[in-house]
Amino acid sequence: MIPGLKLLTAFLLVGICSSLQAQKTIPAGMQPIKGGSFVPLYGGDTIPLEVNDFLLDQYPVTNSDYKAFIEANPQWKKSAVKKIFADAGYLRSWPSDVVTGPEEEKIANSPVTNVSWFAAKAYCECQGKRLPTVKEWEYAALASDKKANASGDAAFYQQSLDWYSQPNPKYLPPVNSSFRNYYGVYGMIGLVWEWTLDYNSSLLVGESRANSSLDRQLFCGAGASGAKDVENYVAFMRYAFRSSLKANYTVANLGFRCAKDVKTEKPIQ
Amino acid sequence: MKYSPIKGLSRTLLAAALLGTGIISCNTNQNQNVKYATINDVPDKEPEVIEAVLTTPPMVPPPITRKNPAKVIVRLEVTEVVKEIAEGVNYTFWTFGGSVPGKFIRIRQNDDVEFHLMNHPDSKNPHNIDLHAVTGPGGGANASFTAPGHETVFNFKALNPGLYVYHCATAPVGMHIANGMYGLILVEPEGGLPPVDKEYYVMQGDFYTKGKFGEAGLQPFDMEKALDEHPTYVLFNGSVGALTGDNALTAKTGERVRLFVGNGGPSLISSFHAIGEIFDKVYPEGGLNINNNVQTTLIPAGGAAIAEFKVEVPGSLILVDHSLFRTFNKGAMAMLKVEGQENKEVFAGQTSSKIYLPEGANAQEMPSAVKPVASVANNLEQRVNLGKAVYAQNCQACHQAEGQGIAGAFPPLAKSDYLNADVSRAIGVVAHGLEGQIKVNGQVYNSTMPKIKLSDEEIANVLTYVYNNWGNKGGEVTTKDVARIKTTIVH
Repeated sequence: MIPGLKLLTAFLLVGICSSLQAQKTIPAGMQPIKGGSFVPLYGGDTIPLEVNDFLLDQYPVTNSDYKAFIEANPQWKKSAVKKIFADAGYLRSWPSDVVTGPEEEKIANSPVTNVSWFAAKAYCECQGKRLPTVKEWEYAALASDKKANASGDAAFYQQSLDWYSQPNPKYLPPVNSSFRNYYGVYGMIGLVWEWTLDYNSSLLVGESRANSSLDRQLFCGAGASGAKDVENYVAFMRYAFRSSLKANYTVANLGFRCAKDVKTEKPIQ
Repeated sequence: MKYSPIKGLSRTLLAAALLGTGIISCNTNQNQNVKYATINDVPDKEPEVIEAVLTTPPMVPPPITRKNPAKVIVRLEVTEVVKEIAEGVNYTFWTFGGSVPGKFIRIRQNDDVEFHLMNHPDSKNPHNIDLHAVTGPGGGANASFTAPGHETVFNFKALNPGLYVYHCATAPVGMHIANGMYGLILVEPEGGLPPVDKEYYVMQGDFYTKGKFGEAGLQPFDMEKALDEHPTYVLFNGSVGALTGDNALTAKTGERVRLFVGNGGPSLISSFHAIGEIFDKVYPEGGLNINNNVQTTLIPAGGAAIAEFKVEVPGSLILVDHSLFRTFNKGAMAMLKVEGQENKEVFAGQTSSKIYLPEGANAQEMPSAVKPVASVANNLEQRVNLGKAVYAQNCQACHQAEGQGIAGAFPPLAKSDYLNADVSRAIGVVAHGLEGQIKVNGQVYNSTMPKIKLSDEEIANVLTYVYNNWGNKGGEVTTKDVARIKTTIVH
């Protein structure tokens, strides 16, 4: 009984936001992503997935963004956060509840990391947004700087892979200095990993009956058995990364950005 | 949820034992003890708990001496580190324990292993471990899947003895392995391996960098080269020169050496060979069969072998992948420096260097090497000294160091009646070669001596040397003698 009550209380807390923003058609800092269809890395077959028009944050959420969120929502302070919502690494690099790092000004515009899925979800909800789905995120990440869909482009794949050949920098770069893609969205590759709303269903894309036969745990040969584009190593790595996570996990190079449905009659051009 | 009948059984047994001894206190380490029970036999006492000693290559943990299986705790940390792959060339290696290959794990058959995999918070990627020594799904890959900054624990029982590869099995697996995520785990059979004097850990792997071999700077992984299986580097222990020069493995003559050799791949099969040694024993594929007297043993990607040999003579053994372009152009070379007493019986070193002489031909003219300006002798002593060198280079291979010749093949020059009987004839023989039957000291020889391109001075010197040694009659052959006689006496 008691743990159950605790959980309930905690969930109630997550739902509370002290600064709900008024909705606009395209809020500042978001970019419209025109919907379409694509075949995801893992789909079980070649049936394309439909993606509706949606809005995506231009930048990942920064340390200063997150600090503002905490000031308004103190239950997400480092010292106050419930352990079931964030593990011990939560905001690991922050020396205190209010200081984002030893050299705060340097990382004010860098992506916030070491935040859990619960925290990321709460943040987005408090902005009147939500986390993007895997489908949306991967769709937007198909874009190179020139093309909306750069799948099969070896040079683009290699550019993405080069990120892994660099050690983590001492300070993550500011979000606006990262790779800008076709949609004007920054940092989809080469900056940090990002949370998605349904990160833990990364292997369960599409209809449910496909899932029962799946043994695609991304290990050894099975990792490639259901993949559509076995050359898209970066996508493999993202799927692998996501499936290693639990919702209260925090990781040093895992951040997030928010998305939003398009609530207008007028489709994105 | 899984239910473990073993756990349940042990718990019951333990409870019974506690009741039997009259201990009713609840304040025991009950849970801890229960975990250590094993399938085969419910032991009277719980197995000992041991923290495994892991070593960085090329070192190997000490042999296991205990008589019984134990509970062994292995802690392995995954880190992503920038290190030199060759001089001036850096690469971001993904490692088990900070090195390529990863740390060496040594356990015993039937040990219960509690495996902790820690992924460093600075890692960019999740990682896991598939140990080929594990009987169970994924070799532990699924059970050990670990996000950066986290730790997972899984347990297994080491049923099969042998030398096994372990590697990361997170997608894309080939890339994780190509970045160095592999190592060896030895499961010693009951009773252990026979004792040896030195044990070393060597592991081959192939690497794919954007830049060419040796191109400086921090080199990214090249996916295209990897897919084509065209590595830029093929290496023992993760870098060019990891096991050469000052880093070479060492042994003393007379010592028995055991190499635990793995091949992480991801692509290439290794034709593992030690230049200058024959493996007395090989455990092919890391199993417990023994093959004797092996020159080159094939080590598959994701496989291993144990090679044993006694080093008999001093010198450097070169360990190579005998697909030799990998050795000479991609870095696959290691060295074992052997120090100690020479053993001429086993290996005498170079005993001669001679001109190759096909049999049965007419007197031939052999090309002479380009020589610097020859020294000129001014007296008998100098002539003998200079003649000695001419003899060593041109005559010794057949007539031997002491002029003794080889019975039946090359006539003797020592105490030679044929030689001493006629100096002019001797000059002619050296100047023009000799073919056909002659009788020397009562023995008949029928063979060919080629015309060797010597100057008159050299002929004079070498003959003077020969006449003044090995019981011959002495005297001096001068350059003038040679010049005069060689034109008149032609064989």
